[in-house]
Amino acid sequence: MLAISELKKVYPTGAKALNNVSFTVDQPQVIAIIGPSGAGKSTLIRCINRLVEPTSGKVLLDDIDIVSLSRRELRKARRRMGMIFQEYNLVDRLTVMENLLSGRLGYVSFWRAYSRKFPPKDVVAAFKLLDRVGLEGYQGTRADALSGGQRQRVGIARALMQAPDLLLVDEPTASLDPKTSRQIMRLLVELVQERGTPALVNIHDVALAQSFSDRIIGLTTGEIVFDGTSDQVTEDVLTEIYGEEDWSQTIRKGDDDNSPPTDKKSSKDNGYVREAVAG
Amino acid sequence: MNTSPEPAAAIAPRWHRIRMIEHPALRYGLFALAVIYVFWSMGALDLNWHRISNGIPRAGNMFARMIPPDFSRWSLLVKGILESVQMALAASFFGMILAVPLGLCGAANLVPKPVYLVARALIILSRTFHEIIIAIFFVKIFGFGPLAGVLTLIVASTSFISKMIAEDIENMTPGQLEAVRATGASFPKLLIYCISPNTLPRYLGVSIYRLDANIRHSTVVGIVGAGGIGQVLAATFSRYDYDFSLAILITIVSLVFLGEFFSSWVRGHLR
Repeated sequence: MLAISELKKVYPTGAKALNNVSFTVDQPQVIAIIGPSGAGKSTLIRCINRLVEPTSGKVLLDDIDIVSLSRRELRKARRRMGMIFQEYNLVDRLTVMENLLSGRLGYVSFWRAYSRKFPPKDVVAAFKLLDRVGLEGYQGTRADALSGGQRQRVGIARALMQAPDLLLVDEPTASLDPKTSRQIMRLLVELVQERGTPALVNIHDVALAQSFSDRIIGLTTGEIVFDGTSDQVTEDVLTEIYGEEDWSQTIRKGDDDNSPPTDKKSSKDNGYVREAVAG
Repeated sequence: MNTSPEPAAAIAPRWHRIRMIEHPALRYGLFALAVIYVFWSMGALDLNWHRISNGIPRAGNMFARMIPPDFSRWSLLVKGILESVQMALAASFFGMILAVPLGLCGAANLVPKPVYLVARALIILSRTFHEIIIAIFFVKIFGFGPLAGVLTLIVASTSFISKMIAEDIENMTPGQLEAVRATGASFPKLLIYCISPNTLPRYLGVSIYRLDANIRHSTVVGIVGAGGIGQVLAATFSRYDYDFSLAILITIVSLVFLGEFFSSWVRGHLR
Protein backbone atom coordinates (compact mmCIF):
# COMPACT_ATOMS: atom_id res chain seq x y z
CA MET A 1 0.00 0.00 0.00
CA LEU A 2 2.65 2.46 1.08
CA ALA A 3 6.38 2.05 0.77
CA ILE A 4 8.73 4.75 1.92
CA SER A 5 12.40 4.44 1.14
CA GLU A 6 15.38 6.57 2.06
CA LEU A 7 13.21 9.59 2.71
CA LYS A 8 15.26 12.68 3.56
CA LYS A 9 14.24 16.18 4.49
CA VAL A 10 16.68 19.01 5.13
CA TYR A 11 15.06 22.37 5.88
CA PRO A 12 16.53 25.52 4.32
CA THR A 13 17.88 26.37 7.77
CA GLY A 14 20.08 23.27 7.51
CA ALA A 15 18.09 21.33 10.10
CA LYS A 16 17.91 17.64 9.20
CA ALA A 17 14.33 16.62 9.96
CA LEU A 18 14.38 13.21 8.31
CA ASN A 19 17.40 11.05 7.61
CA ASN A 20 16.97 7.95 5.47
CA VAL A 21 13.57 6.92 6.74
CA SER A 22 12.29 3.69 5.23
CA PHE A 23 9.30 1.55 6.12
CA THR A 24 6.42 -0.24 4.48
CA VAL A 25 2.72 -0.41 5.26
CA ASP A 26 1.07 -3.42 3.67
CA GLN A 27 -2.11 -3.99 5.63
CA PRO A 28 -4.95 -1.91 7.05
CA GLN A 29 -3.83 -1.15 10.56
CA VAL A 30 -3.16 1.72 12.90
CA ILE A 31 0.52 2.58 12.96
CA ALA A 32 1.56 4.94 15.72
CA ILE A 33 4.63 7.10 15.21
CA ILE A 34 6.11 8.11 18.54
CA GLY A 35 9.14 10.20 19.36
CA PRO A 36 10.22 13.35 21.16
CA SER A 37 9.22 16.80 19.94
CA GLY A 38 11.32 17.78 16.96
CA ALA A 39 12.05 14.17 16.01
CA GLY A 40 10.46 14.71 12.61
CA LYS A 41 7.05 13.09 13.14
CA SER A 42 5.06 15.94 11.58
CA THR A 43 7.61 16.32 8.79
CA LEU A 44 7.34 12.61 7.99
CA ILE A 45 3.54 12.75 7.71
CA ARG A 46 3.68 15.92 5.61
CA CYS A 47 6.36 14.56 3.29
CA ILE A 48 4.01 11.74 2.35
CA ASN A 49 1.41 14.09 0.83
CA ARG A 50 4.05 16.73 0.08
CA LEU A 51 2.64 19.51 2.19
CA VAL A 52 6.35 19.54 2.98
CA GLU A 53 8.61 18.85 -0.01
CA PRO A 54 11.01 15.98 0.73
CA THR A 55 14.66 16.58 -0.15
CA SER A 56 15.15 13.09 -1.54
CA GLY A 57 13.81 9.57 -1.32
CA LYS A 58 10.74 7.76 -2.53
CA VAL A 59 7.15 7.61 -1.31
CA LEU A 60 5.37 4.86 -3.20
CA LEU A 61 1.59 4.75 -2.89
CA ASP A 62 0.56 1.63 -4.84
CA ASP A 63 3.60 2.00 -7.09
CA ILE A 64 3.10 5.70 -7.80
CA ASP A 65 6.07 7.74 -6.61
CA ILE A 66 4.50 10.76 -4.92
CA VAL A 67 7.83 12.59 -4.76
CA SER A 68 8.23 12.74 -8.53
CA LEU A 69 4.68 13.86 -9.40
CA SER A 70 3.84 17.16 -11.10
CA ARG A 71 1.56 19.60 -9.26
CA ARG A 72 -1.50 18.38 -11.15
CA GLU A 73 -0.71 14.71 -10.59
CA LEU A 74 0.08 15.46 -6.96
CA ARG A 75 -3.41 16.95 -6.46
CA LYS A 76 -4.86 13.72 -7.84
CA ALA A 77 -2.69 11.66 -5.50
CA ARG A 78 -3.63 13.82 -2.51
CA ARG A 79 -7.28 12.89 -3.01
CA ARG A 80 -6.29 9.34 -2.04
CA MET A 81 -4.76 10.44 1.27
CA GLY A 82 -7.00 11.81 4.01
CA MET A 83 -5.37 13.99 6.62
CA ILE A 84 -6.41 14.66 10.21
CA PHE A 85 -4.81 17.41 12.30
CA GLN A 86 -4.06 18.29 15.90
CA GLU A 87 -5.87 21.64 15.70
CA TYR A 88 -8.65 20.06 13.60
CA ASN A 89 -8.08 22.76 10.94
CA LEU A 90 -11.72 23.02 9.99
CA VAL A 91 -12.71 26.10 8.04
CA ASP A 92 -14.24 27.88 11.02
CA ARG A 93 -16.75 30.04 9.24
CA LEU A 94 -18.24 27.19 7.23
CA THR A 95 -20.89 24.77 8.44
CA VAL A 96 -20.18 21.19 9.45
CA MET A 97 -21.69 19.95 6.16
CA GLU A 98 -19.55 22.31 4.08
CA ASN A 99 -16.48 21.14 5.96
CA LEU A 100 -17.35 17.51 5.28
CA LEU A 101 -17.96 18.22 1.61
CA SER A 102 -14.60 19.96 1.36
CA GLY A 103 -13.22 16.42 1.40
CA ARG A 104 -14.65 16.13 -2.13
CA LEU A 105 -12.99 19.31 -3.44
CA GLY A 106 -10.45 17.27 -5.37
CA TYR A 107 -13.25 15.56 -7.30
CA VAL A 108 -15.82 18.26 -8.13
CA SER A 109 -15.62 21.16 -10.55
CA PHE A 110 -14.91 24.72 -9.47
CA TRP A 111 -18.50 25.82 -10.05
CA ARG A 112 -19.96 22.94 -8.10
CA ALA A 113 -17.65 23.82 -5.21
CA TYR A 114 -18.44 27.52 -5.53
CA SER A 115 -22.21 27.05 -5.59
CA ARG A 116 -22.01 24.19 -3.03
CA LYS A 117 -23.92 21.96 -5.47
CA PHE A 118 -22.13 18.72 -4.70
CA PRO A 119 -23.27 15.47 -6.36
CA PRO A 120 -26.14 13.85 -4.42
CA LYS A 121 -24.07 10.75 -3.68
CA ASP A 122 -21.49 12.94 -1.92
CA VAL A 123 -24.21 14.51 0.20
CA VAL A 124 -25.60 11.08 1.07
CA ALA A 125 -22.12 9.89 2.02
CA ALA A 126 -21.64 12.99 4.16
CA PHE A 127 -24.86 12.38 6.08
CA LYS A 128 -23.88 8.75 6.64
CA LEU A 129 -20.47 9.74 7.97
CA LEU A 130 -21.99 12.39 10.18
CA ASP A 131 -24.10 9.68 11.80
CA ARG A 132 -21.14 7.34 12.03
CA VAL A 133 -18.97 9.82 13.95
CA GLY A 134 -21.87 10.66 16.25
CA LEU A 135 -22.76 14.13 14.99
CA GLU A 136 -26.24 13.46 13.66
CA GLY A 137 -28.16 16.70 13.15
CA TYR A 138 -25.09 18.94 13.31
CA GLN A 139 -24.87 19.54 9.54
CA GLY A 140 -25.98 23.18 9.76
CA THR A 141 -23.82 24.15 12.75
CA ARG A 142 -20.87 26.39 12.11
CA ALA A 143 -17.56 24.66 12.81
CA ASP A 144 -16.44 27.29 15.31
CA ALA A 145 -19.47 26.53 17.50
CA LEU A 146 -18.34 22.95 18.19
CA SER A 147 -16.33 21.56 21.10
CA GLY A 148 -12.84 20.15 20.57
CA GLY A 149 -13.99 16.53 20.46
CA GLN A 150 -16.80 17.37 18.04
CA ARG A 151 -14.42 19.28 15.80
CA GLN A 152 -12.06 16.35 15.62
CA ARG A 153 -15.00 14.12 14.69
CA VAL A 154 -15.74 16.50 11.81
CA GLY A 155 -12.03 16.42 10.94
CA ILE A 156 -12.12 12.63 10.77
CA ALA A 157 -15.32 12.64 8.71
CA ARG A 158 -13.83 15.19 6.29
CA ALA A 159 -10.78 12.98 5.76
CA LEU A 160 -12.99 9.93 5.18
CA MET A 161 -15.15 11.83 2.67
CA GLN A 162 -12.17 11.52 0.35
CA ALA A 163 -12.64 7.71 0.47
CA PRO A 164 -8.88 7.60 1.01
CA ASP A 165 -6.49 4.69 0.62
CA LEU A 166 -4.39 6.03 3.48
CA LEU A 167 -5.02 8.20 6.51
CA LEU A 168 -2.34 10.62 7.71
CA VAL A 169 -3.09 11.63 11.26
CA ASP A 170 -1.05 14.31 13.01
CA GLU A 171 -1.41 14.38 16.80
CA PRO A 172 -5.19 13.80 16.76
CA THR A 173 -5.58 13.95 20.53
CA ALA A 174 -2.97 16.46 21.67
CA SER A 175 -5.58 19.20 22.10
CA LEU A 176 -8.18 16.99 23.79
CA ASP A 177 -8.88 15.85 27.33
CA PRO A 178 -7.98 12.25 28.28
CA LYS A 179 -11.50 10.85 27.96
CA THR A 180 -12.20 12.51 24.62
CA SER A 181 -8.75 11.40 23.46
CA ARG A 182 -9.63 7.78 24.07
CA GLN A 183 -12.99 8.17 22.35
CA ILE A 184 -11.37 9.74 19.30
CA MET A 185 -8.68 7.06 19.13
CA ARG A 186 -11.29 4.33 19.49
CA LEU A 187 -13.34 5.87 16.66
CA LEU A 188 -10.24 6.04 14.50
CA VAL A 189 -9.37 2.39 15.16
CA GLU A 190 -12.92 1.28 14.40
CA LEU A 191 -13.03 3.24 11.15
CA VAL A 192 -9.66 1.84 10.05
CA GLN A 193 -11.04 -1.65 10.56
CA GLU A 194 -14.43 -0.95 8.95
CA ARG A 195 -12.94 0.61 5.85
CA GLY A 196 -9.69 -1.27 5.59
CA THR A 197 -7.74 1.98 5.35
CA PRO A 198 -4.35 2.05 7.05
CA ALA A 199 -3.60 5.05 9.26
CA LEU A 200 -0.27 6.59 10.18
CA VAL A 201 -0.80 8.36 13.49
CA ASN A 202 1.67 10.76 15.10
CA ILE A 203 1.12 10.65 18.80
CA HIS A 204 2.78 11.98 21.93
CA ASP A 205 1.04 9.75 24.42
CA VAL A 206 2.90 6.44 24.60
CA ALA A 207 0.21 4.69 26.65
CA LEU A 208 -2.47 5.81 24.21
CA ALA A 209 -0.33 4.64 21.29
CA GLN A 210 0.09 1.23 22.90
CA SER A 211 -3.61 0.89 23.63
CA PHE A 212 -4.87 1.72 20.20
CA SER A 213 -2.24 0.80 17.64
CA ASP A 214 -1.12 -2.44 16.09
CA ARG A 215 2.36 -1.29 15.26
CA ILE A 216 4.61 1.40 16.66
CA ILE A 217 7.41 3.24 14.91
CA GLY A 218 9.84 5.15 17.11
CA LEU A 219 11.46 8.21 15.57
CA THR A 220 14.44 10.05 17.05
CA THR A 221 16.26 12.95 15.36
CA GLY A 222 14.84 11.99 12.00
CA GLU A 223 15.72 8.31 12.14
CA ILE A 224 13.67 5.21 12.87
CA VAL A 225 15.05 3.53 16.00
CA PHE A 226 12.17 1.17 16.66
CA ASP A 227 9.59 -0.62 14.55
CA GLY A 228 7.51 -3.31 16.19
CA THR A 229 4.30 -4.27 17.93
CA SER A 230 2.89 -2.40 20.91
CA ASP A 231 3.89 -5.20 23.23
CA GLN A 232 7.50 -4.97 22.18
CA VAL A 233 7.77 -1.45 23.54
CA THR A 234 9.87 -1.86 26.68
CA GLU A 235 11.60 0.56 28.99
CA ASP A 236 14.77 0.05 27.00
CA VAL A 237 12.98 0.91 23.78
CA LEU A 238 11.57 4.11 25.27
CA THR A 239 15.01 5.03 26.54
CA GLU A 240 16.37 4.61 23.05
CA ILE A 241 13.59 6.78 21.57
CA TYR A 242 13.29 9.48 24.19
CA GLY A 243 16.43 9.22 26.31
CA GLU A 244 17.03 8.24 29.93
CA GLU A 245 13.98 8.53 32.20
CA ASP A 246 12.00 6.40 34.64
CA TRP A 247 9.60 4.68 32.23
CA SER A 248 8.10 2.15 34.64
CA GLN A 249 4.85 4.13 34.98
CA THR A 250 4.49 4.93 31.30
CA ILE A 251 4.32 1.48 29.80
CA ARG A 252 0.91 -0.12 29.57
CA LYS A 253 0.68 -3.20 31.74
CA GLY A 254 -0.31 -6.34 29.79
CA ASP A 255 -4.05 -6.47 30.54
CA ASP A 256 -5.13 -3.37 32.45
CA ASP A 257 -6.45 -1.74 29.32
CA ASN A 258 -10.22 -1.90 29.36
CA SER A 259 -10.87 -1.12 25.74
CA PRO A 260 -8.76 -3.12 23.34
CA PRO A 261 -10.05 -2.91 19.78
CA THR A 262 -11.94 -6.13 19.14
CA ASP A 263 -9.89 -7.81 16.45
CA LYS A 264 -6.59 -6.32 17.39
CA LYS A 265 -5.16 -9.75 18.21
CA SER A 266 -5.77 -11.20 14.77
CA SER A 267 -4.14 -8.34 12.95
CA LYS A 268 -1.18 -8.51 15.29
CA ASP A 269 -0.50 -12.13 14.41
CA ASN A 270 0.04 -11.35 10.76
CA GLY A 271 3.61 -10.45 10.19
CA TYR A 272 4.45 -7.20 8.52
CA VAL A 273 7.54 -5.88 6.97
CA ARG A 274 9.92 -4.33 9.40
CA GLU A 275 12.70 -2.17 8.19
CA ALA A 276 13.93 -0.66 11.38
CA VAL A 277 16.68 1.54 10.11
CA ALA A 278 18.54 2.26 13.27
CA GLY A 279 21.26 4.83 13.62
CA MET B 1 2.96 48.53 62.24
CA ASN B 2 5.70 46.01 61.67
CA THR B 3 4.12 42.67 62.55
CA SER B 4 6.82 40.66 60.89
CA PRO B 5 8.37 38.33 63.46
CA GLU B 6 11.82 38.72 61.97
CA PRO B 7 13.61 42.04 62.15
CA ALA B 8 14.29 43.80 58.89
CA ALA B 9 17.76 42.44 58.95
CA ALA B 10 20.84 43.51 57.08
CA ILE B 11 20.34 40.51 54.79
CA ALA B 12 17.23 42.14 53.21
CA PRO B 13 17.59 41.63 49.46
CA ARG B 14 18.04 44.82 47.50
CA TRP B 15 15.71 45.57 44.64
CA HIS B 16 15.29 48.51 42.33
CA ARG B 17 13.04 48.99 39.33
CA ILE B 18 14.35 47.99 35.97
CA ARG B 19 14.52 51.04 33.70
CA MET B 20 13.90 50.99 30.01
CA ILE B 21 17.37 52.50 29.57
CA GLU B 22 19.62 51.15 32.29
CA HIS B 23 22.63 53.46 31.94
CA PRO B 24 21.99 56.78 33.80
CA ALA B 25 24.22 58.88 31.52
CA LEU B 26 22.52 57.55 28.39
CA ARG B 27 19.08 57.97 29.97
CA TYR B 28 19.53 61.61 31.03
CA GLY B 29 21.49 62.35 27.86
CA LEU B 30 18.55 61.26 25.71
CA PHE B 31 16.20 63.26 27.92
CA ALA B 32 18.31 66.38 27.41
CA LEU B 33 18.36 65.79 23.66
CA ALA B 34 14.56 65.64 23.63
CA VAL B 35 14.31 69.00 25.42
CA ILE B 36 16.80 70.59 23.03
CA TYR B 37 14.87 69.18 20.09
CA VAL B 38 11.60 70.78 21.27
CA PHE B 39 13.18 74.23 21.60
CA TRP B 40 15.00 73.93 18.29
CA SER B 41 11.81 72.97 16.44
CA MET B 42 9.98 75.91 18.03
CA GLY B 43 12.58 78.17 16.42
CA ALA B 44 11.70 76.83 12.99
CA LEU B 45 8.00 77.56 13.60
CA ASP B 46 8.61 81.32 13.51
CA LEU B 47 5.86 81.99 16.04
CA ASN B 48 4.84 85.55 15.35
CA TRP B 49 2.57 86.84 18.13
CA HIS B 50 1.73 89.91 16.09
CA ARG B 51 0.24 87.87 13.28
CA ILE B 52 -1.66 85.66 15.70
CA SER B 53 -3.22 88.62 17.51
CA ASN B 54 -4.21 90.14 14.16
CA GLY B 55 -5.76 86.88 13.05
CA ILE B 56 -8.18 86.57 15.95
CA PRO B 57 -10.43 89.51 15.03
CA ARG B 58 -10.25 88.45 11.37
CA ALA B 59 -11.53 85.02 12.38
CA GLY B 60 -14.35 86.71 14.30
CA ASN B 61 -15.23 88.75 11.24
CA MET B 62 -15.22 85.67 9.02
CA PHE B 63 -17.47 83.69 11.36
CA ALA B 64 -19.82 86.65 11.62
CA ARG B 65 -20.16 86.76 7.83
CA MET B 66 -20.84 83.01 7.79
CA ILE B 67 -23.99 83.41 9.87
CA PRO B 68 -26.69 82.82 8.86
CA PRO B 69 -25.77 80.06 6.39
CA ASP B 70 -27.08 80.75 2.92
CA PHE B 71 -28.92 77.83 1.35
CA SER B 72 -30.44 79.93 -1.46
CA ARG B 73 -28.14 78.43 -4.10
CA TRP B 74 -29.24 74.94 -3.13
CA SER B 75 -29.25 73.60 -6.69
CA LEU B 76 -25.49 74.16 -6.91
CA LEU B 77 -25.11 72.55 -3.50
CA VAL B 78 -27.17 69.49 -4.39
CA LYS B 79 -25.32 69.08 -7.69
CA GLY B 80 -21.94 69.16 -5.88
CA ILE B 81 -23.05 66.76 -3.16
CA LEU B 82 -24.49 64.29 -5.67
CA GLU B 83 -21.27 64.43 -7.64
CA SER B 84 -19.27 63.72 -4.46
CA VAL B 85 -21.50 60.80 -3.52
CA GLN B 86 -21.28 59.39 -7.05
CA MET B 87 -17.49 59.72 -6.94
CA ALA B 88 -17.39 57.93 -3.60
CA LEU B 89 -19.67 55.10 -4.75
CA ALA B 90 -17.87 54.54 -8.05
CA ALA B 91 -14.46 54.66 -6.40
CA SER B 92 -15.50 52.22 -3.66
CA PHE B 93 -16.95 49.82 -6.22
CA PHE B 94 -13.88 49.73 -8.45
CA GLY B 95 -11.58 49.79 -5.44
CA MET B 96 -13.31 46.69 -4.03
CA ILE B 97 -12.88 44.84 -7.32
CA LEU B 98 -9.29 45.87 -8.03
CA ALA B 99 -8.24 45.20 -4.45
CA VAL B 100 -9.01 41.47 -4.64
CA PRO B 101 -6.26 40.41 -7.08
CA LEU B 102 -3.81 42.90 -5.61
CA GLY B 103 -4.57 41.74 -2.07
CA LEU B 104 -4.18 38.06 -3.00
CA CYS B 105 -0.83 38.78 -4.65
CA GLY B 106 0.25 40.69 -1.56
CA ALA B 107 -0.20 37.72 0.78
CA ALA B 108 3.17 36.11 1.42
CA ASN B 109 1.67 32.74 2.30
CA LEU B 110 -0.11 32.36 -1.05
CA VAL B 111 2.11 33.56 -3.86
CA PRO B 112 5.77 33.24 -4.90
CA LYS B 113 8.16 35.81 -3.47
CA PRO B 114 8.60 37.97 -6.64
CA VAL B 115 4.82 38.37 -7.07
CA TYR B 116 4.51 39.25 -3.41
CA LEU B 117 7.24 41.87 -3.60
CA VAL B 118 5.76 43.56 -6.69
CA ALA B 119 2.26 43.64 -5.18
CA ARG B 120 3.51 44.98 -1.87
CA ALA B 121 5.60 47.61 -3.63
CA LEU B 122 2.51 48.77 -5.53
CA ILE B 123 0.47 48.94 -2.34
CA ILE B 124 3.17 50.83 -0.44
CA LEU B 125 3.80 53.21 -3.34
CA SER B 126 0.16 54.21 -3.63
CA ARG B 127 -0.12 54.59 0.13
CA THR B 128 2.95 56.80 0.28
CA PHE B 129 1.21 59.74 -1.37
CA HIS B 130 -1.68 61.52 0.21
CA GLU B 131 -4.92 61.70 -1.79
CA ILE B 132 -4.32 65.40 -2.44
CA ILE B 133 -1.01 64.73 -4.15
CA ILE B 134 -2.49 61.96 -6.29
CA ALA B 135 -5.42 64.25 -7.12
CA ILE B 136 -3.11 67.06 -8.27
CA PHE B 137 -1.36 64.51 -10.44
CA PHE B 138 -4.60 63.30 -12.06
CA VAL B 139 -5.92 66.84 -12.50
CA LYS B 140 -2.72 67.68 -14.41
CA ILE B 141 -3.24 64.63 -16.65
CA PHE B 142 -7.03 64.54 -17.17
CA GLY B 143 -7.97 68.13 -16.42
CA PHE B 144 -10.41 69.55 -13.86
CA GLY B 145 -13.50 67.60 -12.88
CA PRO B 146 -14.78 64.45 -11.26
CA LEU B 147 -12.83 62.02 -13.48
CA ALA B 148 -9.60 62.99 -11.75
CA GLY B 149 -11.35 62.73 -8.37
CA VAL B 150 -12.74 59.26 -9.05
CA LEU B 151 -9.37 57.98 -10.23
CA THR B 152 -7.71 59.39 -7.13
CA LEU B 153 -10.18 57.69 -4.83
CA ILE B 154 -9.92 54.42 -6.77
CA VAL B 155 -6.15 54.38 -6.25
CA ALA B 156 -6.55 55.18 -2.56
CA SER B 157 -9.36 52.64 -2.00
CA THR B 158 -7.58 49.86 -3.87
CA SER B 159 -4.39 50.20 -1.90
CA PHE B 160 -6.26 50.46 1.41
CA ILE B 161 -8.57 47.48 0.86
CA SER B 162 -5.87 45.31 -0.73
CA LYS B 163 -3.54 45.92 2.21
CA MET B 164 -6.31 44.79 4.56
CA ILE B 165 -7.02 41.68 2.45
CA ALA B 166 -3.34 40.75 2.28
CA GLU B 167 -2.87 41.18 6.01
CA ASP B 168 -6.03 39.22 6.74
CA ILE B 169 -4.88 36.30 4.60
CA GLU B 170 -1.44 36.34 6.18
CA ASN B 171 -3.02 36.22 9.63
CA MET B 172 -5.03 33.10 8.80
CA THR B 173 -3.98 30.01 10.72
CA PRO B 174 -1.87 27.99 8.29
CA GLY B 175 -3.70 24.85 9.36
CA GLN B 176 -6.88 25.57 7.43
CA LEU B 177 -4.95 26.21 4.22
CA GLU B 178 -2.99 23.03 4.83
CA ALA B 179 -6.14 20.99 5.44
CA VAL B 180 -7.89 22.13 2.27
CA ARG B 181 -4.70 21.66 0.20
CA ALA B 182 -4.42 18.15 1.62
CA THR B 183 -7.77 17.19 0.06
CA GLY B 184 -6.24 17.74 -3.38
CA ALA B 185 -7.96 21.07 -3.96
CA SER B 186 -6.49 23.38 -6.59
CA PHE B 187 -5.73 27.05 -5.91
CA PRO B 188 -9.10 28.40 -7.16
CA LYS B 189 -10.92 25.96 -4.90
CA LEU B 190 -8.68 26.90 -1.98
CA LEU B 191 -9.69 30.46 -2.70
CA ILE B 192 -13.44 29.92 -2.62
CA TYR B 193 -13.55 27.26 0.06
CA CYS B 194 -11.00 28.44 2.59
CA ILE B 195 -9.70 31.95 1.99
CA SER B 196 -12.99 33.53 1.03
CA PRO B 197 -15.00 32.30 4.06
CA ASN B 198 -12.21 33.50 6.32
CA THR B 199 -11.73 36.95 4.83
CA LEU B 200 -15.12 37.85 3.35
CA PRO B 201 -16.73 39.42 6.44
CA ARG B 202 -13.73 41.65 7.09
CA TYR B 203 -13.39 42.46 3.40
CA LEU B 204 -16.99 43.66 3.30
CA GLY B 205 -16.53 45.54 6.56
CA VAL B 206 -13.40 47.28 5.31
CA SER B 207 -15.07 48.09 1.99
CA ILE B 208 -18.05 49.68 3.73
CA TYR B 209 -15.67 51.62 5.93
CA ARG B 210 -13.84 52.72 2.79
CA LEU B 211 -17.13 53.91 1.25
CA ASP B 212 -17.64 56.09 4.29
CA ALA B 213 -14.03 57.31 4.08
CA ASN B 214 -14.44 57.99 0.36
CA ILE B 215 -17.39 60.28 1.05
CA ARG B 216 -15.13 62.30 3.35
CA HIS B 217 -12.19 62.27 0.94
CA SER B 218 -14.38 63.15 -2.05
CA THR B 219 -15.15 66.47 -0.38
CA VAL B 220 -11.43 67.16 -0.02
CA VAL B 221 -10.03 66.25 -3.43
CA GLY B 222 -12.36 68.83 -5.00
CA ILE B 223 -10.28 71.57 -3.44
CA VAL B 224 -7.49 70.91 -5.94
CA GLY B 225 -10.05 70.82 -8.75
CA ALA B 226 -10.94 67.14 -8.87
CA GLY B 227 -14.71 67.65 -8.83
CA GLY B 228 -17.42 67.21 -6.25
CA ILE B 229 -18.64 69.50 -3.49
CA GLY B 230 -15.07 70.37 -2.49
CA GLN B 231 -14.58 72.22 -5.73
CA VAL B 232 -17.70 74.30 -5.01
CA LEU B 233 -16.49 74.92 -1.46
CA ALA B 234 -13.06 76.11 -2.61
CA ALA B 235 -14.77 78.51 -5.04
CA THR B 236 -16.94 80.05 -2.30
CA PHE B 237 -13.89 80.65 -0.09
CA SER B 238 -12.00 82.40 -2.85
CA ARG B 239 -15.06 84.61 -3.55
CA TYR B 240 -15.60 85.38 0.17
CA ASP B 241 -19.13 83.84 0.01
CA TYR B 242 -18.69 82.68 3.59
CA ASP B 243 -22.41 82.22 4.25
CA PHE B 244 -22.62 79.79 1.36
CA SER B 245 -19.41 78.11 2.61
CA LEU B 246 -21.12 77.46 5.94
CA ALA B 247 -24.14 75.99 4.16
CA ILE B 248 -21.83 73.62 2.30
CA LEU B 249 -19.91 72.73 5.47
CA ILE B 250 -23.13 71.91 7.31
CA THR B 251 -24.23 69.70 4.43
CA ILE B 252 -20.86 67.92 4.36
CA VAL B 253 -21.02 67.32 8.12
CA SER B 254 -24.49 65.78 7.87
CA LEU B 255 -23.47 63.70 4.87
CA VAL B 256 -20.41 62.34 6.69
CA PHE B 257 -22.56 61.66 9.75
CA LEU B 258 -25.01 59.71 7.61
CA GLY B 259 -22.17 57.78 5.98
CA GLU B 260 -20.62 56.95 9.33
CA PHE B 261 -23.96 55.85 10.75
CA PHE B 262 -24.72 53.67 7.72
CA SER B 263 -21.26 52.10 7.73
CA SER B 264 -21.29 51.18 11.42
CA TRP B 265 -24.83 49.86 11.09
CA VAL B 266 -23.83 47.56 8.22
CA ARG B 267 -20.62 46.46 9.89
CA GLY B 268 -22.54 45.62 13.03
CA HIS B 269 -24.54 43.10 11.00
CA LEU B 270 -21.49 41.35 9.50
CA ARG B 271 -20.28 38.38 11.44
